[in-house]
Amino acid sequence: MSDEGLKLVAMGLAMGLGVIGPGIGIGIVAGKAIEAMGRNPEMEGTVRTYMLLGIAFTEGLAIFALVVALIIRFL
Amino acid sequence: MAIHIALAPETIAHVGNIPITNSILTTWLLMAVVLVLGLVLRGNLKLVPGKIQSIFESLIEYLYDLTKSAISNQAVAEKIFPLIFTYFFFILIANWFGLLPGVGSIGLKEVEDGATKIVPIFRAPTSDLMTTFALATVSVFVTHYLGIKAAGILKYLKRFFNLKSPLDLFVGVLEFISEFSKWITFTFRLFGNIFAGEVLISVMTFLLPVFVPIPFYGLEIFVGFIQAFVFAILTIVFVSIAVEQHGGDDKKKLEGTHHQDELTATADTVESIKEVNNTNASMMRPQQVEGV
Repeated sequence: MSDEGLKLVAMGLAMGLGVIGPGIGIGIVAGKAIEAMGRNPEMEGTVRTYMLLGIAFTEGLAIFALVVALIIRFL
Repeated sequence: MAIHIALAPETIAHVGNIPITNSILTTWLLMAVVLVLGLVLRGNLKLVPGKIQSIFESLIEYLYDLTKSAISNQAVAEKIFPLIFTYFFFILIANWFGLLPGVGSIGLKEVEDGATKIVPIFRAPTSDLMTTFALATVSVFVTHYLGIKAAGILKYLKRFFNLKSPLDLFVGVLEFISEFSKWITFTFRLFGNIFAGEVLISVMTFLLPVFVPIPFYGLEIFVGFIQAFVFAILTIVFVSIAVEQHGGDDKKKLEGTHHQDELTATADTVESIKEVNNTNASMMRPQQVEGV
């Protein structure tokens, strides 16, 4: 396999493996937030804000995978 | 015809030696839109708001309340709010601009290596890494500025360089690294989401041009809104952390442990109350509805 091909494989693996964790994490965050909204519907607005915040931080890990994938491809 | 996806924005003109890329042209256009819209709306403020004014009023009110509740120092909250709302609004229209028909497809014909290709005139600014980097840089520097102003420079630096104990030193190093990771995630979150959205839509269009891309447009409208919102909220949160962490570390720590105790206590009581609640559930429900 050529260097370029290996790079493409590495890029795909970095991104694909890298989003497994954040995927699970975002699922947990959103699920728990909906649970909280179900228990306490009048707090929906606040819970939604914190949910988005939690999702943004969890997503940050997937972003590192994206950065690594782009570095592999272009540097 | 191959799918045209460019990671970097393309140069469409030169002013002197400075290259003008398609994303910066779009940025200027959108800046003009924001400016004109702001001035026109300000000129036509009415006591009984029209349609556009009421849309903006509810948006501003929502974000204003959010800023005020997140940052306990009200003076800082009022000072930072115009920046927050500008972030939100500019990123929102920048994200949505990329979805307009013609933005990625109308362009100048250029011949390169014997093959003609189209260089688009417009490109969504947030799908260019440098735009998002600039936005993130402003956010990070404003956060530090307000933090230094609130605590004084020596106290603020103590957060990163603390030689009191090895543990504090290590925490300081971690804080220092997290500042950079904050910068990177700000940049790449926005860029990654919007760029990935554009790639997704163009790939879907090439797979099946009729009807299939429509739901993805819906998704991208949603993602564009959420990302603008997240950028604004994260800036609020980081500012509130920077401003408030330095008033008194010990007090904060005490509050934290107290809160922890409270949490575990409520967790215990919740378990014991659950059964009672289940039996009372039918009685509770009508009351709750009345309360709402």
